[in-house]
Amino acid sequence: MTEKEIYDILKDSFGEEIIEFAHEPPSDPFIIANRSKIDEICLFLRDADELDFDYLVLLSGMDYIEKLGVVYQLYSLKYKHRITIKVFLEKSDPNIPTVEKIWRSADWHEREAWDMYGIVFQGHHNLIRILCPYDWEGHPLLKDYKTPDEYHGIKVPY
Amino acid sequence: MGLLDRLDNPYNFGGIILGTFEDLLNWGRSKSDWYLHFGLACCAIEFMAANASHFDFMRFGTIPRASPRQADFMIVSGTVTLKMAERIVRLYEQMADPKYVLSMGSCANCGGPYWEYGYHVLKGVDRVIPVDVYIPGCPPRPEAFLEGMILLQSKINQQEIFRKRKRLEEELKVIK
Amino acid sequence: MSERRRIEFEYSGVDTERMRVNVGPQHPSTHGVLRLEVELEGEIVTEVIPHIGYLHRCFEKHAEAMTYPQVIPYIDRMDYISSMNNEWPYVMAIEKMCDIKIPEKVEYIRLICAELNRIANHQIAVATFGLDAGAFTPFLYLFRDREWILNVFETISGGRLLYNYYCVGGLRNDVYPTFKEDCLDIVRQVRATNKEIMDLLVYNYIFVERTAKVGVLPPDVAINYGCSGPVLRGSGNAFDLRRSEPYSIYDRFDFDVQIGKGEVGIVGDSWDRNIVRMNEMEESCKIIEQAVAQMPNTGDVSEAIPKKVRVPKGEIYCSAENPKGELGFYIVSDGGQKPFRVRPRATSFINLSVLPEISKGYMIADLVLILGSIDIVLGEIDR
Repeated sequence: MTEKEIYDILKDSFGEEIIEFAHEPPSDPFIIANRSKIDEICLFLRDADELDFDYLVLLSGMDYIEKLGVVYQLYSLKYKHRITIKVFLEKSDPNIPTVEKIWRSADWHEREAWDMYGIVFQGHHNLIRILCPYDWEGHPLLKDYKTPDEYHGIKVPY
Repeated sequence: MGLLDRLDNPYNFGGIILGTFEDLLNWGRSKSDWYLHFGLACCAIEFMAANASHFDFMRFGTIPRASPRQADFMIVSGTVTLKMAERIVRLYEQMADPKYVLSMGSCANCGGPYWEYGYHVLKGVDRVIPVDVYIPGCPPRPEAFLEGMILLQSKINQQEIFRKRKRLEEELKVIK
Repeated sequence: MSERRRIEFEYSGVDTERMRVNVGPQHPSTHGVLRLEVELEGEIVTEVIPHIGYLHRCFEKHAEAMTYPQVIPYIDRMDYISSMNNEWPYVMAIEKMCDIKIPEKVEYIRLICAELNRIANHQIAVATFGLDAGAFTPFLYLFRDREWILNVFETISGGRLLYNYYCVGGLRNDVYPTFKEDCLDIVRQVRATNKEIMDLLVYNYIFVERTAKVGVLPPDVAINYGCSGPVLRGSGNAFDLRRSEPYSIYDRFDFDVQIGKGEVGIVGDSWDRNIVRMNEMEESCKIIEQAVAQMPNTGDVSEAIPKKVRVPKGEIYCSAENPKGELGFYIVSDGGQKPFRVRPRATSFINLSVLPEISKGYMIADLVLILGSIDIVLGEIDR
């Protein structure tokens, strides 16, 4: 199934929640969705018989300088098709529903996105830092992040 | 300069070696170093290769110990991050004196390729613990690592044990 | 085979205190600086919480600060056991974006190097897995053979462990004249040693007793957790990117996708994950033999390398089958010299996340084996 057909199915089922389909080669095609019902969209993608996206390849946080974003990359082991779904978030309100109950691999990915970008996944059972120490300040992968001068009395810059 | 090399001295009859007790102690210490066994990053794989059949690190008389309390020296093999730095300090403090540290690889020496943008990388393990031997390379070849081990052994061989306290007192007098 | 595995905890009427034990970050059998917080009921594991990040080297931050070719050495240092495989999806992604056609000879050399590195990776995986089970001899045998592969890599790239050999559009250097013969020598040697390892370790009664029926991972759980590579194939799911979406020139070769069959225990146990790695070495040998026979002798490996890598605006996800599983790179470009974002799909990170699920109810001694059977590398988990 091509990405355009997947988009049409989603558009029929969710209407306003699916915003746009973009495909400009050589880039991968992607679908832009609203954040409010992303968990329902993901559940539909996983459970619909003709889609069957049982495999969450990658969940990445993004910093588009003026906005934040979350990118879901899905794969179907049965039909061997892929789709990318993008969600944009305002920097002032970086909240998005969690998908950890749909794909368990999203658990650690979401923790990482919180750690690196400060994106809050609402409903996540254990949203704590994963790579940085638990008492780390700031979210390092934001484009305007400044390296701290000191951590626990150790000088950080070279 | 090993202790047994002195067998060819002019007073050699019947296997008598002339030397100080300090030489004997240092000889024993340098030839049976036990190391704290833990790997940090890429260098740990080269360290494993040095330990395996081809390079045979154990011919130096080294034995891996999992507990810092039984170890004579520590090999910091790889990138030390800020999260790990406090653990390294604690491991170092748990080791009994006299203790030595071998810093293996560029990351442990100075931060390596992560020196500029590594917000979470400690730029050299010598910022938190004293280092005896630095082994350059990213990662160092096992041969380079063995060279570092020989350097450490020669350093142990030259150490003062009995005269040290006296010398320190003299130095203090000069400072005063 | 005894039926003692997976002890479900039952309340016996005697109150015992549950113990929380800290394993790592300095521990000989955590394969690096992994820290596990283990809750024990007697000797039985009731909960495992992995704490990672002790080797967080800020790969993604570095990737945003470097130009496209400069990122490759940092990718080497992610999964430092299989660097050749790591570089591949990254350069493939950029080649796709820039629409670079790479010469035939380059494809073959890349493929042979990747398969050799797959063998080297599996040798370390099996050797350390044996160490976890208390077998030291296979470690020495396998590391002896690994040196042969490293010698070839050293001759062609200059590095023993981290190669920086693949570059966008080609390879750093050409191979040396006796490369093909050396590859065939390695294949012969690997086959001979693997035969020994099969007797010495894999079908050893003690080893089978310790690993069969331990850490059983059902296929549906594996898929839901996003596992890939030998962890997923050990559970009986024949998902291999080399076969399901053949990239590069993998469609030209004849090889089998190895899956766990539950030969001595249950499908998806630790023994199955290990036997998948053992069999994959044989499959890699087959691929190398075919590739060496087909590889063209002439051709310039650096003719398609662009002087300056200019990636058009856009984004791409490109993945390849690493020894540990599917490694992919999601690269976002804003048209500049530096990537806007490079997000790796770190295989070990995802494979490790299944550990709390599959280690509950086993003994703490089995926990070490389950961890060893997943074959993690901390550089990739923490990046």
